[in-house]
Amino acid sequence: MKATGKSYRQIVTQQFKKNKPAVIGLYMILFLVFTAIFADFFANDKPLTCVINGEKFYPVFKEYAVDLGISNWNVDQINIDWKELEYDSAVWPLVPYLPTNLDYTARFQSPGSKHILGTDQIGRDVLSGMIHGTRIALSVGLISMGIAVLIGVFVGAIAGYYGGAIDIIVQRLIEIMMTIPMFFLIITVVAFYPGGGIWIIMFVIGLTSWPGVARFTRAEFLKVRNMDYVTAAEALGFSSLRTIFKHVLPNAIAPVLVITAFGIASAILTESALSFLGFGSATTVSWGSILSVARGATYAWWMAVFPGTAIFITVTIYNLVGEGLRDALDPRLKQ
Amino acid sequence: MINYLIRRIFLVIPTLFVITILSFGISRLAPGDPAELKAGIGANQNLTTGGKDLNEKIIEMIRKQWHLDKPVFYMSILEEFDDVNPKSFWQRLSFNWNGTKNQYHIWTANVLKMDFGKSFRDNQPVLDKIKERIPITLILNLISTFLAYLIAIPLGIYSAVNQNSMWDRISTVFVFILYSLPSFWIGTMLIIFFGGGDFFDWFPYAGLYSNSYTFMTPWEKFMDVCWHLVLPVFVYTYGSFAYLSRQMRVGMLEVIRQDYIRTARAKGLSEKVVIYKHALRNSLIPIITILAYLLPAMISGSIIIETIFTIPGMGSLAFEAIIARDYPIVMAVFTISAVLTLFGILLSDILYSFVDPRITFGKKTV
Repeated sequence: MKATGKSYRQIVTQQFKKNKPAVIGLYMILFLVFTAIFADFFANDKPLTCVINGEKFYPVFKEYAVDLGISNWNVDQINIDWKELEYDSAVWPLVPYLPTNLDYTARFQSPGSKHILGTDQIGRDVLSGMIHGTRIALSVGLISMGIAVLIGVFVGAIAGYYGGAIDIIVQRLIEIMMTIPMFFLIITVVAFYPGGGIWIIMFVIGLTSWPGVARFTRAEFLKVRNMDYVTAAEALGFSSLRTIFKHVLPNAIAPVLVITAFGIASAILTESALSFLGFGSATTVSWGSILSVARGATYAWWMAVFPGTAIFITVTIYNLVGEGLRDALDPRLKQ
Repeated sequence: MINYLIRRIFLVIPTLFVITILSFGISRLAPGDPAELKAGIGANQNLTTGGKDLNEKIIEMIRKQWHLDKPVFYMSILEEFDDVNPKSFWQRLSFNWNGTKNQYHIWTANVLKMDFGKSFRDNQPVLDKIKERIPITLILNLISTFLAYLIAIPLGIYSAVNQNSMWDRISTVFVFILYSLPSFWIGTMLIIFFGGGDFFDWFPYAGLYSNSYTFMTPWEKFMDVCWHLVLPVFVYTYGSFAYLSRQMRVGMLEVIRQDYIRTARAKGLSEKVVIYKHALRNSLIPIITILAYLLPAMISGSIIIETIFTIPGMGSLAFEAIIARDYPIVMAVFTISAVLTLFGILLSDILYSFVDPRITFGKKTV
């Protein structure tokens, strides 16, 4: 250790930084997160700031305040169409539409100056839907893999640490999960419980993708469990739970990050496929639901090209980051 | 070896049990009464809706006929809610042994006799419907798997042997992109741009035959089907191809680093013999055994691709059944595909243990 003078984490970070595509991928994820957080400021049917009759308003911020319950709309501003108002001056978001704004006079418009990426069958702006869809995609990835990691790490840790009968049962369980056609199971559950919306999708994807996490955690625990520091922890009389989660887990967590990155990619893919097949949430606009419109309208190429590209790029960058992490953790690459 | 085989085969039983439980569970836990659903569909098809009494009688009849009046499982720990004498949750809690006259037992016993019941929608035996659809899906998957291996193996070998060459870098990036391309997107794009959208009308976008199929000569028929299969087979193939060629490259790279390859080279064997005789054999083992694990992916793939291209296979049958809540078909497709995968994995494990004597069972070397 002293010879290199670097911690494990520093070595991994250094190796990761050498992988240009993975680093670019990481920055693109940050960009997507930024878009998702500030979606309301990029695409909204209200102006960001405006001056009406000499009075200054901040409608988008105001809406947040109203949703949080710390403010109320002025009586004359409830349920109005902000585009109909007369302004002294106004600053509009990049895309002056919400994904839910219908416009029956502008159905299936190809990309143009008014709607940069065109509109769908009921005149909703595609670009706005894509900006807000970032939220769905990222949160599906994050929440479903969050569930999967929680279950997988717990199950894998217990199996790897204790071994014996628990390990055998867990291994069988993982094997069983691998035999089941997961996508089919997910569609069935989502279709049979239509009221759940996007939450049930996240939940089901999470519940079905933990075996991969468990496998990696288990393998890592098997490696670590006979090391001296674990014996030391046991000798000090620490409880098993403390040894597992405080001492072993931090050393075994790296491979879990790799599988999480790949898992997020596949969760986003699964959600898009579900929405594409029409099993998504009916009220929210996601990339997959935009793409599904193109199935019935083969001339509306913009409905397929743009959301599909978004799904593809998001999946790719998560895969890139996953690969970069995996390579960085590979001890054979260490000098 | 015999010991391994017996233990490996024995382990199939708990898996089978869980598969049937899951398959049965999804359909029984879903909201809505299957009998009412069935009665509703029946009423639309051939019964005039009578008064409330008649409807209830029909539902009662269906319940009896489909064994829905029997307890769900071998045991129950919760009494059913009684509208007349409502009891609290805790009062209803009581263990009950129901014996073998329960829905799960009847269903599983029938499944073991290869009887999956009748479709809710048209009363056709489920097995007949599946038998009718499964060849199409199998043929499509066989063609695409064959093509995927055919291209992936040489490409993977070439990339690995010429590691870090220009060609290796380009093909690695290309394969990586292919790997991340969602099949439902590519399918939709192909239909829009090459299948009768506003762009190139080169390929048919739906079905397996043209309308004039029956009037064609055998050769024309063959060409017609091929022409229809171009787009779906492409979408089926590229994903597994990308996956396989990545695996092949990695596997080959690993084998090339082994000592025995260095020995072979040191003996002065030609590079061709070293690669294609010594290295190839061992690097092929993992890629062949992956086949079993590709199966679940193929089943989910066929749901998406057959729905996009309106191909009447197992995938679209499953899709339609899910939408119509045709439980017997959903359960049958789920069970059959899981069992197929299970035996695929079993077969590949057994083959693996024959081909690779290093595999031992149960003994983990940490």
